[in-house]
Amino acid sequence: MSPAAPAEIWTYLRQDPLLWLTATLVAYALGDLAFRRTGRKPLVNPVLVAVALLAVLLRVTGTPYERYFDGAQFVHFMLGPATVALAVPLYANIKLIRSAFWPMLAALVAGSVTALATAVAIGAAFGLRGETLLSLAPKSVTAPVALGVSETIGGAPNLTAVLVIITGITGAVVATPLLNLMRIRDWRARGLAVGVAAHGIGTARAFQVNETAGAFAGIGMGLNALLTALIAPLLAPWLVALLTG
Amino acid sequence: MIVNLVVLLACQLAGEVAARGLGLPVPGPVIGMALLFAGLVLRPALAERIAPTTSALLAHLSLLFVPAGVGVVGHLDTLGQHGVALIAALLLSTIAAIMAGVYVFLLVARLTGASE
Repeated sequence: MSPAAPAEIWTYLRQDPLLWLTATLVAYALGDLAFRRTGRKPLVNPVLVAVALLAVLLRVTGTPYERYFDGAQFVHFMLGPATVALAVPLYANIKLIRSAFWPMLAALVAGSVTALATAVAIGAAFGLRGETLLSLAPKSVTAPVALGVSETIGGAPNLTAVLVIITGITGAVVATPLLNLMRIRDWRARGLAVGVAAHGIGTARAFQVNETAGAFAGIGMGLNALLTALIAPLLAPWLVALLTG
Repeated sequence: MIVNLVVLLACQLAGEVAARGLGLPVPGPVIGMALLFAGLVLRPALAERIAPTTSALLAHLSLLFVPAGVGVVGHLDTLGQHGVALIAALLLSTIAAIMAGVYVFLLVARLTGASE
């Protein structure tokens, strides 16, 4: 076999899933490195860094998203099993859930409905309509579930993915100053509220601040995934129709 | 490891079948999560068995939504055009949701005597 010219190798690689699968993992590893090197600052989110790097790479190489996804779909596929796996940490915390069942349930419903309703209402007030507005509705839910919910209610899952990440970063950045300002000292309440409002990124931040807050944040994230999956298909289209008529 | 993956995939598969078969508006994997949770309650020994697999999977959860996130390249015009509206909605609603969650938790904890 004679050696191929670089242009030919590139022609082969850009058609092959291997290239974009590898690029996805490398971009995430770089994002994670940046996150750890900066002392785990919420603003240096590994996913956001990876998405930005890959978006630039696709632009520079003139690669359409569909071709990128042919390779990256192997990573994307694991979202389903990972969503199922969320049942395990939820089960591990079942004693905590029992110990504060009613406050947790009430706070879950309040936080979940507030997150969805205020996001849609504020978006509508700022002139957002249709698909964009629906994409906002599940933004406080952990990404794998939010994507499914967005698709179910007629949003754009790709847009929702980015809105979910920005929500998590927002929650992680504002939670501690906000809750200190509110003079809240109950770590259970603080953690649960942050988990419901800002899913995994908020939960990671809660664990940095306090162990109990972290555990309750994880529970809040898991339960909100279930609750939003149940209520968003009913609530979101109705709210959007009501507000944008 | 293989058996553990089968457990996860079987729950997801059952969830997808239930969601489509019954016309439920809930994503299949979420039903799968509820099924696995019920399974763990019924058979606590299962938790210890599958924990290594689920921990490994969840440790890299954020990697899994990179491919979907890159899809934002198709929505850059939406982000540019509605950036202010989207950021305002995300920021204000996240603050509102945290406040609502905290106050309702404390209120109900006081009412039910579950205070610290």
